[in-house]
Amino acid sequence: MTYRLTRDQDELRAVVRELADERIAPRAAEIDATSEFPWDLKELLAQQDLLGTCLPEAYGGTNLDGVSQAILVEEIARADATTSLIPIVQKLGALPIIIAGNDDQKQRYFPRLASGEWLTAFALTEAAAGSDVASNRMKATRDGDDYLLNGSKRFITHGSIAKVITAFALTNADAGGRKGMSAFIVETDTPGFNAPRIEHKMGIRGSPTAELTFDDVRVPAQNRLGEEGDGFKIAMATLDHSRLGVAAQAVGIAQGALDAAVHYAADRKQFGQRVVDFEAIQFMLADMASQTEAARQLVYAAAARADDNVPDLPYWTSAAKLIAGDTAMKVTTDAVQVLGGYGYITEYPVERMMRDAKITQLYEGTQQIQRLLVARQLLARSGVPARP
Amino acid sequence: MKIVVCIKQVPATTADKRYEADLTLDRASVDTVINPLDEYAIEQALRLLDDGNVDQVVYLSMGPEPAGEALRRALAMGGDEAYLVTDGALSGADEWATARVLASALDRLSPDVALMGMASDDAKGSLVPGAVAAMRNVPLLSYGAEVWLQDGKAKIRRLNAAGYDIIEAPTPLVVSVTDQVGEPRYASLKGIMAAKRKPLETWTLSDIGLSADELHGAALTRMTSAEPPRTKPPTERIDNVAPDEAATRIADWLAARKLI
Repeated sequence: MTYRLTRDQDELRAVVRELADERIAPRAAEIDATSEFPWDLKELLAQQDLLGTCLPEAYGGTNLDGVSQAILVEEIARADATTSLIPIVQKLGALPIIIAGNDDQKQRYFPRLASGEWLTAFALTEAAAGSDVASNRMKATRDGDDYLLNGSKRFITHGSIAKVITAFALTNADAGGRKGMSAFIVETDTPGFNAPRIEHKMGIRGSPTAELTFDDVRVPAQNRLGEEGDGFKIAMATLDHSRLGVAAQAVGIAQGALDAAVHYAADRKQFGQRVVDFEAIQFMLADMASQTEAARQLVYAAAARADDNVPDLPYWTSAAKLIAGDTAMKVTTDAVQVLGGYGYITEYPVERMMRDAKITQLYEGTQQIQRLLVARQLLARSGVPARP
Repeated sequence: MKIVVCIKQVPATTADKRYEADLTLDRASVDTVINPLDEYAIEQALRLLDDGNVDQVVYLSMGPEPAGEALRRALAMGGDEAYLVTDGALSGADEWATARVLASALDRLSPDVALMGMASDDAKGSLVPGAVAAMRNVPLLSYGAEVWLQDGKAKIRRLNAAGYDIIEAPTPLVVSVTDQVGEPRYASLKGIMAAKRKPLETWTLSDIGLSADELHGAALTRMTSAEPPRTKPPTERIDNVAPDEAATRIADWLAARKLI
């Protein structure tokens, strides 16, 4: 693990930034206003090979290191948080297969996920089981060589546009979510699968978040990931890695808001001078910059540890997501403050960024859950026994 | 069919450009890019490659050592291999010397088509394509808005005052292109990764059969002075007005000058 970014990582940032500035940023306001998924930008990212960065080269991916993946997401999110979810969710949905998939499953799905031909999604959350994952109720009943999936999922990002979903369901209801849940690869053109409802959201509006229903959805047993009962373990391992994507997204949103605030303050004149020349504004901008940089460095430190799959990975990725999410919220709120009334109207991008930032404190584990995970690692590290 | 695209590394369009004491451009302290007009030449070459009209796309540049980065960037967009001619004796090269070097290097690469942007973004001499064609004693098709290759001939579409001319010439030849050929592609991630493994060879003057003496100190012309524009043209700012009002004022301003 090197501390400084490599030449390749710097180059990747420059390439993605150019793409984001020229092609993504100009679309951001419209994507937010229309709440339409940016299919054109999905195509663009696919063409540039940016949707398979977490997948092995043997399956058509580019197998980038964790820090590079964070840089990719960060630079896209700096322009538009919605669009940054395309690579984030492509990885989130693929992670259960990366973690627990066999060669056949990888061969079947990775090439088309890497090329972006198929979008994917991760279906864990249910209406009554958010943070409390173990309370999941969706069922998978064995039927010959298949399973029949029944139940529903809630708040599934890209759930309505994905071709392949990794879904979690109880194969042994008596054993409960922790021991009785299994993971499945579900193709969404299977009869009985529906995405009947799209949620209308405060932010990341162009990214469809769906409610999913499974009505006797027949999934071949060969699409089960790992063994029966491995579901909870696979879900947790997935989130240990995937929350880095949200953390990087949060850093990008913060940076985008900071950049907008600096430019505005340099242009705007009040009391006969540039707003940026007021010390009160400079102090705000300095805090915003320092906080964003601190969050970024923690995200990179966590990303490098994710590559090494260190035993205390949740400590790092949860701390990174906690700090980055709170930083995004704080920095975007301050950016609105720097712009004053102009920050509050849709003509300027910072109110959108502030609305987008909020989700980074909520999804893939709320900030409160991140604190629990950090505390658990902290106590283990300090030799304090777990609650009996 | 083989195309050699000649490219130049130039300071970024947005860079704060400065001259050294000897009136050469300070290239060390600024961000550099592939000359934007050469990017159109690259795009045109790669389109011909994509369409199967060309078997090989090679890049050639003359410049200091860091110009290798520009060649690497071009290779990331596509194409097969690249050559950089770099030599201490080339410092301060003018259009004539540049054309001599490119012509000699092209003699070694023997392309069917040498493709170039119509001008460079820094010096703006627009002489190199014509000079290279003359030195190699081959035809020149200049200012192409589109290029076709067929049966040992190249054709271009050139914008003129009345419309478009279609002009053709036999290969080998030199073709220069405008920004009408189509937006240059972004390098893909796999392209960037693949470019690191593509051959990039560095040549000195002697490798292309030239000597420093033949180049007369790399220039027949000398820049005697350089200065920034003396005054900014008068600027009228339209600030803090509603968009409709701003648009009306801009339209009035243009109409008053009979520009619209």
